[in-house]
Amino acid sequence: MNAPLAAAVDWPLAVHQVLSRLGFGIVGFVPDAGHKRLIELCQADARVRTVVMTTEEEGIGLATGAWLGGARTALLMQSSGVGNIVNALGMVRECRIPLLLIVTMRGEYGEFNPWQVPMGQATAEVLRAMGAVVQHANAAAEVAAHVDAAARLAFGSYRAGAVLISQRVIGIKTFQEQAEQ
Amino acid sequence: MILQRREVVATLLAERGELLVVAGLGSTAWDCTAAGDSALTFPMWGAMGSAAMTGLGLALAQPARRVLVLTGDGEMLMGLGSLATIGVQRPHNLSLVVIDNERYGETGMQATHTAHGVDLAAMARAAGFASGGLVRDRAGVAALRQSMREDKGPHFAQIKVAAEKVPLVLPPRDGALLKNRFRQALLGEDAALQ
Repeated sequence: MNAPLAAAVDWPLAVHQVLSRLGFGIVGFVPDAGHKRLIELCQADARVRTVVMTTEEEGIGLATGAWLGGARTALLMQSSGVGNIVNALGMVRECRIPLLLIVTMRGEYGEFNPWQVPMGQATAEVLRAMGAVVQHANAAAEVAAHVDAAARLAFGSYRAGAVLISQRVIGIKTFQEQAEQ
Repeated sequence: MILQRREVVATLLAERGELLVVAGLGSTAWDCTAAGDSALTFPMWGAMGSAAMTGLGLALAQPARRVLVLTGDGEMLMGLGSLATIGVQRPHNLSLVVIDNERYGETGMQATHTAHGVDLAAMARAAGFASGGLVRDRAGVAALRQSMREDKGPHFAQIKVAAEKVPLVLPPRDGALLKNRFRQALLGEDAALQ
């Protein structure tokens, strides 16, 4: 009855509905606790080809090739993964490839792992430096609207659009909670 | 006699028909251009390590078309994880061909890992490619050419070629141009309106 509002909002389900409505045929990801439910929803969707990758950098080639072939790609990654795509984003910028990045943040709000903090703090700046348009979703209820807007911007203007989902939304505070996700 | 890269690439691309081509950065992109620039070749000028995955994305988006990635040993070595990812997806219409001169050609012909015996074809087979051969002669190139057009993939081949310097034959550099001409040739005039 008194559950916090955030717990009542099924943002992965709402994001999956946005991806379906906007016709994303390919979803690339590196397994991530914060994206666990969205990944599972995409895997259960017969209209979506999910591609599990060894590193987020692979997603930039995947999305570029898919767009050459007429398909839309969304990439799901953790903020640490943004560090792995930096050089490849040069191709997205030079070729004007539309691309949606949905990033779960670490190292940002109540982080317990010090090694996550440097990349988490640099994530938005690095993305902007490489030409991506960055939006911040700080509450569960606003994630899907941000994804919808970022996707429309990305595919309307042929560039990378990134939604950074705050650690406040993901809510991982300890190693134990991470293990239980 | 050791194979020459320009002849190998020209053979693989001869009468290419419906084939869609991704060319990895550096010498293999120049080889593809020397064989005849095409709107349906996407030559990469950067994003080293991304050629194989670009081919995968294209193959998944266009399952009715055959897709060929031609890239160099150095470029492939930078994206080895792609072999595992493609091994999981197993696209039947994708061929990944490494033109292996055992050198980083654009940076001064320094030795790559393949010069020290690293076996890319064995890695591809272990990752789950349907085929993965080491090619050293013209008969092997001809067999590969036929197999990648007719047999169910994903195919991998590592073709050993001479570490020779060949004339630069450059494709257009403008990435947006390369993307747009590819999409228009493949998807039609309306591609620009998507």
